[in-house]
Amino acid sequence: MSKRRIIPGFGLSLGFTIAYLSLIILIPLAVLFLKAAGVGWAEWKDIFGSPRVLAATKLTFGLSAAAAGLSVVLGLLVTWVLVRYRFPGRGMLDAMVDLPFALPTAVAGITLTAIYGKTGWIGSHIAAAASWVRATWKPTGWFGDQVNSWADFGAAYSSLGIFIALTFIGLPFVVRTLQPVMEDLGLEIEEAAATLGAGRWTVFRRVVFPLLVPALITGFTLAFARAIGEYGSVIFISGNLPMKTEILPLLIVSQLEQFKYGSAAVIAASMLGVSFILLFIINLLQRRLDWQNR
Amino acid sequence: MANLQATTESKPVRVVLILSALTVLSLFLLLPLFGVFAEALRRGWEVFFAALTEDAAFSAIKLTLIAAGVSVPLNTLFGLSAAWLVTKYRFKGRALLISLIDLPFAVSPVIAGLVWIMIFGVKGWLPPAMMAEFLAPLATLAKQAAANESCGGLFEGIAGWLADPKIVFATPGIIIATVFVTFPFVARELIPLMESQGSGQEEAAVTLGASGWRIFWRVTLPNIKWGLLYGVLLCNARAMGEFGAVSVVSGHIRGQTNTLPLHIEVLYNEYQFSAAFACATLLALLALLTLGMKSLVGRISGHSAQE
Repeated sequence: MSKRRIIPGFGLSLGFTIAYLSLIILIPLAVLFLKAAGVGWAEWKDIFGSPRVLAATKLTFGLSAAAAGLSVVLGLLVTWVLVRYRFPGRGMLDAMVDLPFALPTAVAGITLTAIYGKTGWIGSHIAAAASWVRATWKPTGWFGDQVNSWADFGAAYSSLGIFIALTFIGLPFVVRTLQPVMEDLGLEIEEAAATLGAGRWTVFRRVVFPLLVPALITGFTLAFARAIGEYGSVIFISGNLPMKTEILPLLIVSQLEQFKYGSAAVIAASMLGVSFILLFIINLLQRRLDWQNR
Repeated sequence: MANLQATTESKPVRVVLILSALTVLSLFLLLPLFGVFAEALRRGWEVFFAALTEDAAFSAIKLTLIAAGVSVPLNTLFGLSAAWLVTKYRFKGRALLISLIDLPFAVSPVIAGLVWIMIFGVKGWLPPAMMAEFLAPLATLAKQAAANESCGGLFEGIAGWLADPKIVFATPGIIIATVFVTFPFVARELIPLMESQGSGQEEAAVTLGASGWRIFWRVTLPNIKWGLLYGVLLCNARAMGEFGAVSVVSGHIRGQTNTLPLHIEVLYNEYQFSAAFACATLLALLALLTLGMKSLVGRISGHSAQE
């Protein structure tokens, strides 16, 4: 037990770390949970029974999962190319992957809206394609509504816009989780598989991919957790129509603006509960990854 | 050559994969980045510079610098202390502490702002009226100081704030919200780095009779300087770019509690798109600078590790 005190400074660093952590993070979060707990059970039921909250919950979790899923697919492709191939500009692209981490969310929000909106570089093509689909097939129902919105506004002000913004935010989480695992993958197992007569696709599917699955799941969970709470990059492109394109963080803000502190606290505490469970899962997965990489 | 063939794809497959990855990165990363600059300059350099030299832009830049200027040093201090604690000692609850440090990453920015309204808002646990009561003795002292001292201006300002201690919807709220969201960045960089370096050198320094501070300055700090610099850069980028948390606590008082990202939002919602994007170029350049420094730091520290 005396070993841990060989290096001086235990008391000072322990005291400062705990005090600062409590003041800045733990006490404020505890206050939020207490506030939410103080709201009566009936009101909790009212809040989560209201169609607007339900719609926002479905939208937030559904689109976050979909975007994290697309991030995994695109992230796998990008990481494979960055790790396995050498081509001019590779170093710069590798550095650029972190852009969504470094670019402030408000900036990401307005520029994504500009590009994927009706007059944007990509949005104009989306609008043109949607107009053509609308004129040709005249789709109805949910898909018809989406096509109408795409034809009129490009990807902005619809679920598609939120989906694009969340994928933008999620991509670096997948790449940065996958990259170290892929770099450490020895070529020997692939050579062994090849000598046994496996084709390249079989080697990838049966040998390489299974080794990447834990990292892919971790990347998915990280991207998903971030997407649920994302605010700045989404609110500009989403248009914020209640019941249609309103995400949960925005709903909290609108409750606050109406001075409904209780229901803001309830929604926030529920979101935090989900986030903490996800954080716990990520920790477990990370431990497994560290063990695998050892 | 057969060896090479077995562990890579045929040339056409490689080319297709590289091109698809380039397309993905262009659509999601490069185009949005170019978009910022293209939109900013759409109506010419004059509009661009006018947007950057406007008074509201100046005060937004000033507040952004203040918020980062307080939160980055505080969280750097915390990061050093926390990393020292969890890498130099083994104690009960250490694993829990490491998880708790990561907690703010799991908190939506909106919630990071909301908690401060729950505490310091009018209906909060410590509303301004109650704070004013607590701080009344201090306010009297500051008023006396303002009357006596030669630098009365400063004390007058302090006395004025103490008499009406607003935190949310004012500058202090912006600062603490920024501290909250940038909390883990430095610690997150340092903990794995210091863990991998071990404590051998520090223990050797102890046997040679060095004091704790001396060990920190002369042994630990030189070993972690690049990781520390990178953590500080990331922390700073987030502090200057934070939007959701400061948006919730700011109350949107233009020219008083707008940081640069909030100012961009105000301009954008007023349909002053070119001006909004002009201000956004500042933050985009900051992001590029951070990424560039990251590659640089990675290269330098990679070299020194090999030596």
